[in-house]
Amino acid sequence: MEMLRVDSAALVYQAENGEITAFEDISFSVEKGEFLSIVGPSGCGKSTLLSVIAGLLPATGGAIFVRGERIRGISPHIGYMLQRDTLLEWRTIRSNVLFGLEIRGALTAQSVARADRLLKTYGLADFAGMYPRQLSGGMRQRAALIRTLAAEPDILLLDEAFSALDYQTRLAVTDDVYRILKSEGVTALLVTHDIPESISMGDRVMVLSERPARIRELLTVDFGAKLPPLERRAHPAFGPYFDRIWKELRQDE
Amino acid sequence: MNDTVSEARAAYLAARARRARRIRAVQIGILAAFLAAWELAARTGAVDDFIVSSPSRIASTLSGMIANDLAMHVGVTLFETLAGFSIGAGLGLMIAAALWWSDFASRVAQPYLVVLNSLPKIALGPVIIILAGAGTRAIVFMALAISMIVTILEMLAGFRSTDAGSIVMARTFGATKRQIFFKIVLPSNLSTLFGSLKINIGLSLVGVIAGEFLVSKAGLGYLIVYGGQVFRMDLVMTGVILLSVMAALMYRAVSALEACARRRFGG
Repeated sequence: MEMLRVDSAALVYQAENGEITAFEDISFSVEKGEFLSIVGPSGCGKSTLLSVIAGLLPATGGAIFVRGERIRGISPHIGYMLQRDTLLEWRTIRSNVLFGLEIRGALTAQSVARADRLLKTYGLADFAGMYPRQLSGGMRQRAALIRTLAAEPDILLLDEAFSALDYQTRLAVTDDVYRILKSEGVTALLVTHDIPESISMGDRVMVLSERPARIRELLTVDFGAKLPPLERRAHPAFGPYFDRIWKELRQDE
Repeated sequence: MNDTVSEARAAYLAARARRARRIRAVQIGILAAFLAAWELAARTGAVDDFIVSSPSRIASTLSGMIANDLAMHVGVTLFETLAGFSIGAGLGLMIAAALWWSDFASRVAQPYLVVLNSLPKIALGPVIIILAGAGTRAIVFMALAISMIVTILEMLAGFRSTDAGSIVMARTFGATKRQIFFKIVLPSNLSTLFGSLKINIGLSLVGVIAGEFLVSKAGLGYLIVYGGQVFRMDLVMTGVILLSVMAALMYRAVSALEACARRRFGG
């Protein structure tokens, strides 16, 4: 089932020194439960593309559909995770996790129970009453993920969501997030500048060109069985995928 | 947690407690030495105690005033300061919120705020007195005028520097501007708020005393001016000392309020 369709999306914005085309003619679709990684040279507008899908910026051309329905602006179908966990320091972990529901006025016995189940399932129940500063970077990122998932989005957008973490934490968190997303059956889009990360998490990898960004390639990543990120990195097929994406990205130079 | 404390840990804790006691002891010592030197200098005639007074003369003035109308004067000044302080802080906070809300308005207001901030509000004293009448209202107005502009500038700067990521996060959940303000911007500026409140205590007192100098028939500022006019420097010094005690107590009160708010918000 098609969960997300982006139909010839374009974004032109006005800057002081002229008109800038961030991306144009971007069309793709994502199936339910699929994980799509998006890589591109830095400054190519990949994060901007994600902001447009999230409804934070209005597209200047094209349309976005979720479950076949056109969306405009911020949509409850879409969850968005930023580079930093943006947990609110004055709220407990549980209160942070309930933040999205609170904003939407969706705090019901049922939704709160679901959030509590997520906290419990993913090992944060014991930390629910603590404040963010009492948690490690990896656990904070997990709490931020649960906050997004508690609002029950159909699609999760991850904008460089792991790049603020140190390398070891990052590998662990990537594995962690992958496991959570797969077990919750979440459809996800990950924007990253890290090629190994894109291969280790994605079912497909979308390679974007320099600005104005266009889709250069949409590559299906197949490791046979559904391998988690850390095991993928050790798989013999990993290297060839890396080389291929690397070459695609280098074409611009 | 481990209940048994290692020897090194115990020694460390003891050294820390000792250091804190020593700092306090030296602080008290400096005050005692200052008072003793002042008293001694006055008694030996090294300084003229008619002009600079002396601790014992201040003490006797104070006890005479306690029997008289001290409570009334302190009460008047305290009331005026608290009124100016809370109205100034409240209005300042509201205006800062409005300016955060409207980028257009805040850009329009910018040059005016800068000028008003550097303008010595006391210079407007005569105008304020004519506008508000020669009395408590003029004094409160003066205190308010001095503390409000600073509050606006401080709070607006704090609001503007709120973490952009947190705001984007709230927006992705569909937060309204009102929700963003009350759930993100305001709570993340708790320390800015209390920082500016602490500054405002001093500023409100300046406003009140200046106001009392100009128009009042009661209050510590009035006592000080009166003392100066009749050459009773004991009265002036007593007034100044009472003012500093009052300022310190109000600072403490704001600190306590801050601790309370931090517990409430966990910040």
